[in-house]
Amino acid sequence: MSGSAAADAAPAVSASALFVAFLKIGLSGFGGVLPFAHRMLVDRQGWLAEQEFIDVLSLSQFLPGPNIVNVSIIVGRRFQGVAGSVAACLGLLMMPLVIVLALASIYAQFAQVDAVRGACNGISSAASGLILAMALRMARPLRKTPWQVAIGVVAFVGIGLLRVPLLWLFAVLAPLSIAIAWRRA
Amino acid sequence: MIGSVLGEVAAQFAILSLLSIGGANAVIPEIQRRAVEVEHWMTNADFTQLFALSQAAPGPNVLIVSLIGWKVAGVLGGVVALLAMSGPSSILTYAVAHAWERFRDAPWRIAIQRGLAPVTVGLILASGYVLTRAADHNWVAYAITGATLLLASTTRLHPLSLLAVAAALGAFGLV
Repeated sequence: MSGSAAADAAPAVSASALFVAFLKIGLSGFGGVLPFAHRMLVDRQGWLAEQEFIDVLSLSQFLPGPNIVNVSIIVGRRFQGVAGSVAACLGLLMMPLVIVLALASIYAQFAQVDAVRGACNGISSAASGLILAMALRMARPLRKTPWQVAIGVVAFVGIGLLRVPLLWLFAVLAPLSIAIAWRRA
Repeated sequence: MIGSVLGEVAAQFAILSLLSIGGANAVIPEIQRRAVEVEHWMTNADFTQLFALSQAAPGPNVLIVSLIGWKVAGVLGGVVALLAMSGPSSILTYAVAHAWERFRDAPWRIAIQRGLAPVTVGLILASGYVLTRAADHNWVAYAITGATLLLASTTRLHPLSLLAVAAALGAFGLV
């Protein structure tokens, strides 16, 4: 399916509708909102077909930047160009930003209360486990390809254990890994 | 004075924006390295608490950067950090979105994707490791991390319910 054919078939979506939809997406998720984006854009609004959503998502994950922000940029652009991207992105981030800053200000008042500190520590420990689970889930499809396992281990050791600056690691590892992928293709 | 601090926050996160392949979770170790070890904006314990707050609030996990900015330079710092983290990558995404869809099946595109995937996985694993080391200081904390990892991997429990149980255990002084 070509991009222009998809655009022709796409429903008309206004910038304000984009703003409202992404506002709801931003407010509905905890610790990652991508599943909520899928439900809103594909199931409820019908703005994207399943395969279109997968394409948008894979591009968002491949490019640098927060994944869901990239989704808002691509979806906004598809329907309303620059205005659509700005509306979707603002809708996504505005309220969560206000809420998290308010929460931080309140927390600063109560940080000395043992129960509040303790709850915060508990959340940190559990959230670390959630991120580990996510990494292992993403590693599963790569585990049968030895060179990909090796690259993953080098990235983990370099950043997690040796604390190499990310820029240096990327400058060496990304071209190397892409070159190996190219030769193996 | 405040202007130069805001400029520093903006510069740090604008660079990270273009390095954050794999999303905000992939650059948590780098954010921690810059905020704690390079810039000395906060202690490791401060960083861990901000991370917990970002997880307890609704919204995308990129909000951790606005809390770092807030800690350094107040509300304006929080806004600047989020704009800097989202701006450069958003402009890049906007610029390449169209071309990328046209080259969906090009061999070079597939090579780039297959090459970057393991780098991203290694980085997110490093995030989990760095956060665990920063957050867990006793066996109960390690047990919570381990149990969450296990439950999130093997069941369909909502992540929020796992965070809520851990928050309750912490509030009762067990962590």
